[in-house]
Amino acid sequence: MDIRHDEGLKETVSNGIWPEESLARVPYWVYQDEANYKREMERLFEAATWNFVCLEADIPSKGDYRTNHVGIMPVIAVRGADGGVNCFENRCSHRGALIAFDDGGNVGNQFRCVYHSWSYDLSGNLRGIAFERGINGVGGMPKDFCREDFSPRKLRTTTLAGLVFATLSPDTPPIEEYIGADVLGRLKRVLNRPIRVMGRFVQPLPNNWKLYVENVKDTYHASILHTFLTTFRISRLTQGGGVLVSPDGGNHSSYTIAIPEGANANAYKEQQIRSDLDGRFALADPSVLDSVEEFGDHIQLQILSVFPGFILQQIHNCLAVRHVVPRGVGKMDLVWTYFGFADDTPEMNRRRLKQQNLVGPAGFISMEDGCVGGFVQRGTAAAAEQVSVIEMGGSTAESQATRATEASVRGFWKAYRRFMGY
Amino acid sequence: MDIARLVELNATYARVIDNEQFEEWPKLFHDPCLYKLTTAENVARGLEGGLIYADTRGMLEDRVSSLRKVNIYERQRYRHIVGLPVVLSRQNGAAEVETPFLIVRIMREGDMDVFATGCYRDKVQPDASGALRFAERIVICDGRRFDTLVAIPF
Repeated sequence: MDIRHDEGLKETVSNGIWPEESLARVPYWVYQDEANYKREMERLFEAATWNFVCLEADIPSKGDYRTNHVGIMPVIAVRGADGGVNCFENRCSHRGALIAFDDGGNVGNQFRCVYHSWSYDLSGNLRGIAFERGINGVGGMPKDFCREDFSPRKLRTTTLAGLVFATLSPDTPPIEEYIGADVLGRLKRVLNRPIRVMGRFVQPLPNNWKLYVENVKDTYHASILHTFLTTFRISRLTQGGGVLVSPDGGNHSSYTIAIPEGANANAYKEQQIRSDLDGRFALADPSVLDSVEEFGDHIQLQILSVFPGFILQQIHNCLAVRHVVPRGVGKMDLVWTYFGFADDTPEMNRRRLKQQNLVGPAGFISMEDGCVGGFVQRGTAAAAEQVSVIEMGGSTAESQATRATEASVRGFWKAYRRFMGY
Repeated sequence: MDIARLVELNATYARVIDNEQFEEWPKLFHDPCLYKLTTAENVARGLEGGLIYADTRGMLEDRVSSLRKVNIYERQRYRHIVGLPVVLSRQNGAAEVETPFLIVRIMREGDMDVFATGCYRDKVQPDASGALRFAERIVICDGRRFDTLVAIPF
């Protein structure tokens, strides 16, 4: 059955049709349509979703804050007087200027807008208005002006294993329920003790934000596109592993298990896949792959996502969170935060520094993800009404004990369509 | 340390990268060494992580092998504009040197965009033959945004 996606919207580049009642087909207008992009802000990011805003390690003390975005909405996350984390829109309720215009810092007891010095407490309540009573009884705000009615929009916040998420909706379920038990277990597996930030980088990508999120969930591509993974047997589809998909489809965790491939060892050669370059390239200094098992469960690679835009990565001992920030219909920022644990030894710190070569904008493994979304964005320029085929492993979105599947990509669309009403 | 020799070292460095003679790039370093690509923000906050982190010449060679044979990216090259080096300190024939740079990235389709600016913070000393080589080159980018991907070293 065809589904209208935007009957009420006029400025659409497509005819607004979702082509089939199948999770295995996705129309390309979904990456191109300005009206759809605006609707995503309302129906996903500003609706009943949990959005990553910062790490608790970023804001350990009262008055510490970080700025971020929920969709396109600028927000402030701040450690409150009671030790909890508050989050509110970074928009002065007077004229709409940014209340905080740095990445973070400490504000003491209050934020003060630079424009006209309206001030806000650490919960985002409007507390002070400069010259509220005027000067010598002249000017000033009306006597009946009620400050309580003019605070920036507040977001509900929740913390989970050192991560801070925020939501604009009162209906968003508790984070544990939202993520689902299976994926939650994998998240807590990595974030099992206090972390320390090791570096931050931003990677602007020339593609719609969903193309990157799909890429993260796409277990099929990883060891094909990323030749480095296969060449050095960091992860091959023929190794043990699988993908867990939350019941609602939106969250996932894929994993590779460090056990020998046995009879499947020649599968890449038989498929004539470019990524099998064995024998043609050996590392001069293999210390970049000198990893130790630190979670005690043979999982050497785990990629995890929480709908819509949060990613947690463990590639050997290289740990990072990635945050997907939409920047217009065909652009996004990928914000990388590399981390280790507060109790890392100097040896482990050095190991992580070396393994960070694997990820990020210059990552041996991840650099291709920087360009492949743009290839799709450009390749589909004239194909708004055409569809992509996402049918590896069937048409459903349940957990599977293989990575030669697109189950978690379909899971993304299952969640997306539910939120968007498609 | 003679400024002219530092200028020559930097010119050679820029030329081998811009002319895509990447195999020559690791030869400009001692072994072991430290090459790190990071941002002014990370340095200011004491965050050690880098986009690229190599502490042996072998790791630099692996960067070159990977960008030549393994990694997938759209054809591109750089044009380095390297400023004048300032010697911050000298001791035992080695010098700490800071040099500003600007990198224009030229894409397959012909776009020429400023890709990065920043400064190199180096420890330079002569090798056994007397040629100046980097014991350390920390590439400190002024900004933190790295468009699309970084395949070629800065």
